[in-house]
Amino acid sequence: MNRLSWFNTVSLTLGFAFLYIPMIILIIFSFNESKLVTVWAGFSTKWYGELVQNEAFLDAAWVTVRVAVFSSTLATVLGTAAAYVLVRGGRFFGRTLFSGMIYAPLVMPEVITGLSLLLLFIGIGLDRGILTIVLAHTTFSMCFVSVVVSSRLVTFDQSLEEAALDLGCSSAQAFRLVTLPIIAPAVISGWLLAFTLSLDDLVIASFTSGPSATTLPIKIFSAVRLGVSPEINALSTIMIAVVTVGVVTASLVTKRAMMRQRQDEMAAERAE
Amino acid sequence: MNSDVFAPWEDPQAKPLIQFQNVTKRFGSFTAIDNLSLDIFEREFFALLGPSGCGKTTMMRMLAGFETPTEGHILLGGQDIDPIPPNKRAVNMMFQSYALFPHLSIWDNIAFGLRRDNMPKHDLQERVEEMLRLTRLEQFARRKPHQISGGQRQRVALARSLAKAPKLLLLDEPLGALDKKLRQDTQFELMDIQEKTGTTFVIVTHDQEEAMTVASRVAVMDQGQLKQVATPDRIYENPNSVYVADFIGDVNIIEGRATSGGDKTYQVDWAEGQTPLTATSATALSNGQSCHLAIRPEKVTISAERPEDAVNAIQGKVHDIAYLGNLSTYYVELANGTVIKAQSANTRRISRRSFTWEDPVWLSWTATAAVLLAN
Repeated sequence: MNRLSWFNTVSLTLGFAFLYIPMIILIIFSFNESKLVTVWAGFSTKWYGELVQNEAFLDAAWVTVRVAVFSSTLATVLGTAAAYVLVRGGRFFGRTLFSGMIYAPLVMPEVITGLSLLLLFIGIGLDRGILTIVLAHTTFSMCFVSVVVSSRLVTFDQSLEEAALDLGCSSAQAFRLVTLPIIAPAVISGWLLAFTLSLDDLVIASFTSGPSATTLPIKIFSAVRLGVSPEINALSTIMIAVVTVGVVTASLVTKRAMMRQRQDEMAAERAE
Repeated sequence: MNSDVFAPWEDPQAKPLIQFQNVTKRFGSFTAIDNLSLDIFEREFFALLGPSGCGKTTMMRMLAGFETPTEGHILLGGQDIDPIPPNKRAVNMMFQSYALFPHLSIWDNIAFGLRRDNMPKHDLQERVEEMLRLTRLEQFARRKPHQISGGQRQRVALARSLAKAPKLLLLDEPLGALDKKLRQDTQFELMDIQEKTGTTFVIVTHDQEEAMTVASRVAVMDQGQLKQVATPDRIYENPNSVYVADFIGDVNIIEGRATSGGDKTYQVDWAEGQTPLTATSATALSNGQSCHLAIRPEKVTISAERPEDAVNAIQGKVHDIAYLGNLSTYYVELANGTVIKAQSANTRRISRRSFTWEDPVWLSWTATAAVLLAN
């Protein structure tokens, strides 16, 4: 192991402090006994207990999870289809335009996306609720999925699909039996990305949600406007924990799969 | 014609399995295949040979169904296959990259095509086992493609493409990824499997040695056209153009002017003040026509004295020697600066070699050793 120079140590510390100190403070204060957020009065888990009994928060959490699952699934289907056509479709009329346009929502200010969706929903007379949030989230997260999946498809050996056709598959079978299983990791990570994006979206959800459905970020935001309560800290800590567990698991799984493959390849080389 | 020699192309009654009828393929303004006609017969091991970009891969992809001819037709067993999609053709292909499905085991890779035909489970199992035996892969059946070596992957690709018992098997540079030693072994294995299964093989390669080894007939291609289609020995001994002579093996080309000496023999004036060279030509040349005399290095004899009965003899001096172990190639510079390669087998130990650098030597060859080519 190389030892870092003092300069590098300081930069690293400052960088990570900048990133994590706010979250660490939040986590610490979620275990605060006192009702005052900024005054430490001893360790306690009572806010977690209260949170479990707060129906408004639980409802909002349930709405958020349902929205995230539906919208990320829909976005994955649409985004994968779009990526497939753009990478594999050959040179059809308007391809450059389409591939440019698929990235537009990535750079579009969320306020504008939210506002335009709101106008659309009012225009077609769609009552705002879970459905409208799902549609809105699908709209902005499908382009993220398409970016992730198309970067995988670009490196995908096209002769695999040709081999499938050659062995008697129809195009649809070739996609289902060969392409999809091979690009599955990219599709899954696209889904996870869409899921997290939907989970923590505040701006677009606040334009498209109605009185019948409030997502957790909206709930937290409106609660904070009335003053930060330790309950919110507890809720945020739980969300951090969920995300951390998800990210760590995903990276461990990927790493282990990679290591196993490398071992297999080395074994194959020795066998030669 | 001896009846037990396999040569359906000599038999006017034989029906070709594949017919290219005036096929042209263009990609935009680029013509990949230029008005090409070709017959390939059943049980043939046919090699398409040429430099990269000559159109050989395009021909193969048209046979597989991944490309359609711009003009002309391709017939398989008398039937026009242009409108038939790849998954409905009795043609299978072994890909250059092998294209093994990485998420499936070797067993499932081989069974893939059979499953698409809804083959009954028992028959399918038997067929896969048979393919595994044929390619000696029984012990690897449960492994994934990345868990086996390159040579084994090549055999899996072969087994998978043969499993459906296609009328025609296409092999796209099948041995390109293997090292030289393994490639030579695999060439004989391929020929063996081709004979056992009786399948018609069409192989695409840029390696002339490989084409010569495996093929019953070789087609030399250049810029979308067939330069010559013949058996390996005819391609080597009787090339029909300088391009073919130069592409296949090593050759000396001497330019000159032909004068008929009667009975297919010609005298070739090749340099001022030198005795003309004598050679035969299958095609007639007019007197004074410029031509190329092509002679293989191994047909040139090198000696210290002028051989007394030699028809063709030229003097020169040894410019360079390439020692290849079993053979040595002598680069002999003639008086006019031309360098002629002469090859001789090293039957004696190197310390007893007769010639060394700068030695004056005589090169000689017989009247039938060289070929005269008009272009």
